Formats: sequence, C-alpha cells, structure tokens
Amino acid sequence: MAERIIKLPDVGEGIAEAELVEWHVKVGDIIREDDLLAAVMTDKATVEIPAPVDGEVTWIGAEIGDTVAIGSALVKLKVAGEGAAAEVAEEPEPGEATGSDAPEAAAEPVKPVAKPTAEADNSEPPRAMTVPKPVRAIAAATPQALAAPRRAPGDKPLASPAVRLRAREAGIDLRQAAGTGPAGRILHEDLDAFLLRGPEPGHAPGLSQKSAVTEVKIVGLRRRIAEKMALSKARIPHITIVEEVNVSPLEDLRATLNRKPTAERPKLTLLPFLMRAMVKALAEQPNLNALYDDEAGIVRQHAGIHLGIATQTPGGLMVPVVKHAEARDIFGCALELNRIAERARDGIATRDELTGSTITITSLGALGGIATTPVINHPEVAIVGVNKMVVRPVWDGTTFVPRKMMNLSSSFDHRVVDGWDAAVFVQRLKELLENPATLFIDG
Amino acid sequence: MTEITCKLLVIGAGPGGYVCAIRAGQLGIDTVIVEGGKLGGTCLNVGCIPSKAMIHVAEEFEKASHAAAGKTPFGLTAGTPALDFGKAVAWKDGIVQRLNNGVGALLRKAKVKIVNGRARFRDGKTVVVETETGPRVIRAERIVIATGSVPVELPFLPFGGNVISSTEALALAEVPKKLAVVGGGYIGLELGIAFAKLGSQVTVVEAQSRILPLYDAELTAPVAKRLTALGVDVLLGAKARGLAPKGDALLIETAEGQERRIAADRILVTVGRAPATAGLGLEELVLDMDGRFIRIGERCETSMRGIHAIGDVTGEPMLAHRAMAQGEMVAEIAAGLPRAWDKRGIPAICFTDPEIVSVGLSPEEARRTGQEIKVGQFPFAANGRAMTKDGEQGFVRIVAQAQTQLVLGIQAVGSGVSELSTAFGLAIEMGATLEDVAGTIHAHPTLGEGFQEAALKALGHAIHI
Repeated sequence: MAERIIKLPDVGEGIAEAELVEWHVKVGDIIREDDLLAAVMTDKATVEIPAPVDGEVTWIGAEIGDTVAIGSALVKLKVAGEGAAAEVAEEPEPGEATGSDAPEAAAEPVKPVAKPTAEADNSEPPRAMTVPKPVRAIAAATPQALAAPRRAPGDKPLASPAVRLRAREAGIDLRQAAGTGPAGRILHEDLDAFLLRGPEPGHAPGLSQKSAVTEVKIVGLRRRIAEKMALSKARIPHITIVEEVNVSPLEDLRATLNRKPTAERPKLTLLPFLMRAMVKALAEQPNLNALYDDEAGIVRQHAGIHLGIATQTPGGLMVPVVKHAEARDIFGCALELNRIAERARDGIATRDELTGSTITITSLGALGGIATTPVINHPEVAIVGVNKMVVRPVWDGTTFVPRKMMNLSSSFDHRVVDGWDAAVFVQRLKELLENPATLFIDG
Repeated sequence: MTEITCKLLVIGAGPGGYVCAIRAGQLGIDTVIVEGGKLGGTCLNVGCIPSKAMIHVAEEFEKASHAAAGKTPFGLTAGTPALDFGKAVAWKDGIVQRLNNGVGALLRKAKVKIVNGRARFRDGKTVVVETETGPRVIRAERIVIATGSVPVELPFLPFGGNVISSTEALALAEVPKKLAVVGGGYIGLELGIAFAKLGSQVTVVEAQSRILPLYDAELTAPVAKRLTALGVDVLLGAKARGLAPKGDALLIETAEGQERRIAADRILVTVGRAPATAGLGLEELVLDMDGRFIRIGERCETSMRGIHAIGDVTGEPMLAHRAMAQGEMVAEIAAGLPRAWDKRGIPAICFTDPEIVSVGLSPEEARRTGQEIKVGQFPFAANGRAMTKDGEQGFVRIVAQAQTQLVLGIQAVGSGVSELSTAFGLAIEMGATLEDVAGTIHAHPTLGEGFQEAALKALGHAIHI
C-alpha cells in the first residue's frame, strides 16, 4: 500500500488560495476515482475537487471555512500498489469547473435585496442551483441545551441555596427564572441573565420554551456577503431618501405593452422602466454613476451605465449586472435582465456577468415593504430600492382617487453625494416614472 | 413589676430559640430570650445530646462485652467489662452542662438578654414572665414562639413511677433489668437498643406492623435484624393496655388479640411528642392552629402579625436542625432581610444500630408524585471501609428523576452513616444530578464511596458491584 497526497489544484484565475466550503469525504472513507473529495470557493467560483485514484482517505487537511493555499496538501489517500509516498500533481479534470470558463458565483457586489422583478408577472421561482455549493449549515445542539428541560408549572424552582439567597436579596421570584443547568437548575448565570432581561414572558400551557442553539458556520458566499455588507456600512455614510411615485400611468402603459409579448419583446416588469429612467436621470447627474476609490481619493464617473441587479439565489444574495443599459432600449433591458438574473439563480453566471456594476437596483417586489434602507454596493455611490406597489386614495384637488403608488428608497454615499444632489436625482426619477412617455423622448 | 421593652422576644431557648436569638443579636436587633428550664431545650438537655452520649456508652459497653465473649472476628478478647452507670450518667451530664454554658456564653456574646422563667402571653405584643424575683412584663415588637414539644402521655399509662418518658430514661440511676418500650419509633428504638446493649432485657411494643413506620421496610430491615441479634423482643401489631396493678409489668394486647403481661421494672413510653403550649396563654391570642400545632407560613409567620413560631411547636418534622434553620431565618426577617423557607431537604437520622439517614423522597414517595424515577442502591457489603470497620450491613440508596437525573432523595442504613447526612443534604440542597454525585471524587476508603456508587448504579455503570 502506498500513500498519495492530493494537493489543492490550481483552480484558475491566478488565485493563490481558496476557501474550503464542503467535504464530500471523511477519514476512513473508501473512494473511487472521480469521486468528489471537496468543494473550494475562490473569490468568484466554487470548484469541486475530484479524486484522481481509488483509495482510502487517511487524513484531511482542512476544516470547512479554512482558507487553503493552492498546492497545499488537502487529502491523504491510502492507495493500492507499491512505492513510497507519491505526490500527485493534481490536474483539473476536463470539464471540471476551473479557469476563466468556470461558472462563477459572485459575491462581490452585494445588496440587501432580492429578485430583479418588481412585479411578478414574469418572475419564476428560484430553481435548484448547481453552483455555487450551498453553504453548509453545521447544526450542533449545545450539551447544555440537551440537559435543560423546563420545569413543570408549579414545580419548585431548582437552585442552590446561594442562588436562592441572591435571588431573594435581589427581589427575584425564582419561579419566573429559567434554569439552564442540569435538570433545569437555576445557576448564577441564569440569575445574571434574569437581572439583565427580566422575567421570561408568560407562556400558555402546552407551549414550551426551547433553548437549543444551532451553530451555522458562515462560509463561502455567505461569508463574502457578510464581508461586503460590513465593508459598505463601515466605510460609507449612507443617506437614504424615500419618495412616493404615482405609477398608475406607467402601469397602464405597461399593461398595453404586455398585451402581445414575443421573444424579442417580452413582457415587461416595472424594472426595465426604472432602468430606463435611471439611464436618463444619470445622464444629467453622472456623479452618481461612479465608483469611489476612497483610498486613492478619486471618484471615477463612468460613461457606461452598468446596472447591478440585486438577486436572491438559493446560495444567497448575488448581483448580476446589466451592462451598458444606456445602449439598450426597454426591451433590451428586459431581455438582459431576465437572462442574467436566471443565470445567477442557476449558478451559472460568469465572473464577467457578476462584476462591473456602476450603480445598483434592489427590489423585493411584492415583499418590498413601505420603505427600505438599501446598503450601497461598495465602491458605488448610489443604490435605488423599489418598494411594494399599492393602491392608495390620493387627493387630486377635488376628490380622492385610487392611484397605484410605489415608493423608491434610495441610498447615496454622503461623502461624495450631497443631499441636494440625491434629492434632485430622486425627484427626476419620480418625474420620469410618473410621466412614462418622457422615458421614450430623447433629450 | 419591672418592664422590659425590646425589638425581638424569643420564647424558649431550645435549638430554634437560641439560634434565632443569637442570629438576631448578630444582626444588631435588641433581643430578649425567655427560658423556663435550662438553656438548650429538649435537644440539649433531655434529647439529642444526652441520648447520643448514652448511646455511645452503650455501644462501647457492647463492644467490650462482644470482645469479652470472644466474638470479634479479628481475634480481640477482653476481660468482662464493668460499667459504672453513675459515672456514665455523670459524664453525659457534664457534656450537657458544657453545652448549656456554651449556649449561655454565645447568647451573651450576641448581647441577647436572657430572662429565666415561664412566659405567658398577655396580648400579641406583651408577655409576662414569672421569674424568681417576681413577674416581669416584656413588650416586644416581634415575638417568636419556640416552646418546643413534650413527650405524649398515654391516658391509660400516665407518666410516673415506673412509667417514664425519654426524659427520665436518660436520667436513670441504674440500668433497668427489664425494660418495656411502648412505641417502636426512632426514640423508642434508639433508647431501647442502648439499654439492650447495657444489659437490659428489652421488649418493644409497636402498634403498627413494623418498626420505624415512617421509614420504608427496606431501610429498617437491618435494624430489625440487629434487634433480634441483641435479643430485643419486638412485638408488632401489639397495643399497650395499661400497667399491671403492682406496677411491675406492662399489659398489652398482642396482634392475635391476646392479653399478655410483660414484666418490666421500667416502662418507657415513646409514642410521639406534643407541642409545648400549656400555660403559654395562647388563648389570649388568635392563632390559627394545625391540629395541636401552630400553623405557620413560609416565613414562619403565624396568623397574628408580629408573631412567629418555629420548631416542634409548629409540627413535624420535629427536628432540632429544622428549628435552627427556622430560627435563623426568622431573625433575618426581623432584621428586615428578605427571607422565606425554601429548603429542599431536611435530613432525618435514626441513631439506632445500624443508623438510618434519609434526605428527600424515598422511592415510594417519589413514585407517588407521579414522576418517573430511577433508583440506585449500593450495599456496604461491597464497600472496603465498611468491611474494615466490621460493619457490612446496610446500603446507600439514591432516588432520581428518570428524565433529568435530578436527585430527589438519598437514604442509607449502616453503621456510622449518620455522618453521610452532610453529603446527602448538600447534594439535595444544591440540586445535584446523578452525574454530579457520580462525577465527584469520593475519598477511598470511606463509607461515602457507597454514595458515589449508588449514583453510578442508578446511571447503569456502578464499578464495584
């Protein structure tokens, strides 16, 4: 028998390390050639590592969530045959996802919001994804939780004399305190918690409190999202403006346009209208279609408008990009939006499709609420959030009339965008959306 | 008539009363304690302490007799022992007196004023004490009734002459040749066994079908066995009927319904204890009663504001350590501290041979509460220390909730197990689980290992059985 060491292969993109996101094997497993060993996630892509030979796993070199350098030992296999330990210069299997053709999962652009469609007439339920690998949740009930059943009502509280005395001196009725110790014993720590948080809320008979704690490791895409969100909120002083928009005329127009959809002219959601409105508004305020390199002290205003579309995927939030929206008409916008959103949800969006946005749209559609506080997609300087459309009575000067109203919640980087500029932009969007004909008039 | 006013008045200087007064004194409360007899009450003067002294004398004498008879398994033979019973009693009295003095010193150190005499309530705030120098009125903001209990007298077998209570039994001038004990509870058996060891021919008459009816049969079996070995005649299901006309025998009705005469030069009646409230003037108060006992709440408060009651006068369990804990608590309440009775267990011990100790629930009591339980029992026959002490009889038993392993009760029977009550009590009071007990290192070789092993047994992995 010989030992073979499987090293983490170069998974492309000239990267130096990758994060281990999933193990398919454990020590002692007998595996066959081409069985999957592990999944690693690079900056953009999740890559499966197959076994090059048959053998028995004797050692694994990393924990889920660890960052593993390319070329470092990942797995040791006991393999049949003679000879000293041989290193296997692992080569990516043909067809395996590596390199620039690899399916890519972007975590770089991150938004707090989800589907690309504001109105759901052509939205599809998210499909099961193949890539990236879903973040694996590692659930572990703590031993404490296992051993802490609740007392039956009327039972004497179980606590040591010292705890009882302390409770009395503090004026606490221990019958109201939860015990996390063995057999539900109330500990000094429980008393501390009680003093901090007060009595547990009363509960009806039959309802029980649960004290299990499930640990979920934040790895892979979720970790990227977390890092991006933290970066954005830590560095960018957000200013958020919420404005209401009367979309009744737009909705009438949309209904008309959607009567006879074709492959080239698909059904429109509200988003393509918003995209066009943004193109027009940004032409007047190019300082909002920009990336702010705060370390260099430079705002790079982009002539091309690349709209990031915050999209909920089974793995988490991703932001595919509609490139050059300024060069697409409304149907072009709609087609591209549908295409990239679908690719992102299927986990097959390329790195290119997931990077390069200059401003971002976020919409939760029917879940959109009244107002949101969108998180800017760093290093961009603005994000437009779409809230739920509702019919509201609106005073038209003589009477109340029903109007389809929708709010826009937009955030701006207040370091480089003044409140005035932000307000002008939002008002311009409102004006364009409330008078949809203007969307189609040049100038 | 001199008048005293104080913040706290304690009536009775038994273990409940004197502890209450000392603690109150420590807390800076202006306290007066009234005692008609000697300081220390029943426990110290005619109960726990003197009985344990006499039990010790009896044990030593019996051991010596055992050795004299050449019956030790380890080859010790001694000459026939002789006991100067007068000296033994004097030794016991000496201990009692030292403790009397000790209590007095502790009370004085705590700046408690001691008034000798019998107290009688005039109203809820005032007590009159008949002292040697005349009546004294004591007014107090708060009064604690700690008057204790007295032996119950049987109407057809009144105390006097050869019919004695435990009090007289501890002050006999000589060992009775024939002793009849009416009542097979712990007092009757403790004293009955002691006198049997000292050479009395002892007959125990118990109305119920077994001895120590408050404990389960499994726990009391080793005691029953030992009684037989000591030659004590135990008549179960038998009722005392009265004294023979000449006063030299006890008349009983046996379980079979036959009259029988038990010759005895002393007849010890131990059929229970009644609250000592006679002459206290309780009729001047409006106290809710619980049978003959004073009803109390969780702060030992009575139905009258400012009046507490502690100890035997409040009913079962009539144990000194319960009274002490109550006394301490009431003193702290008097000092304005937030306190209430929240004890989980009160250990109970029979200083019989072998000893019995019990804290918390027996298996039967635990089952009756409707919970699913598990029981672990470890015999001293498998305990090294028990063997080396030539005391292998008995066991430790632990009762726990099946689901949570919470220890609900611990019992033991065996030679010297009374000292295990410390560990048992702590385990119950701390809310220990079986794993807590099993996971605590118990020193080897000790009887206490049996405690750990019983817990391991309940968990299903005892090592030494």
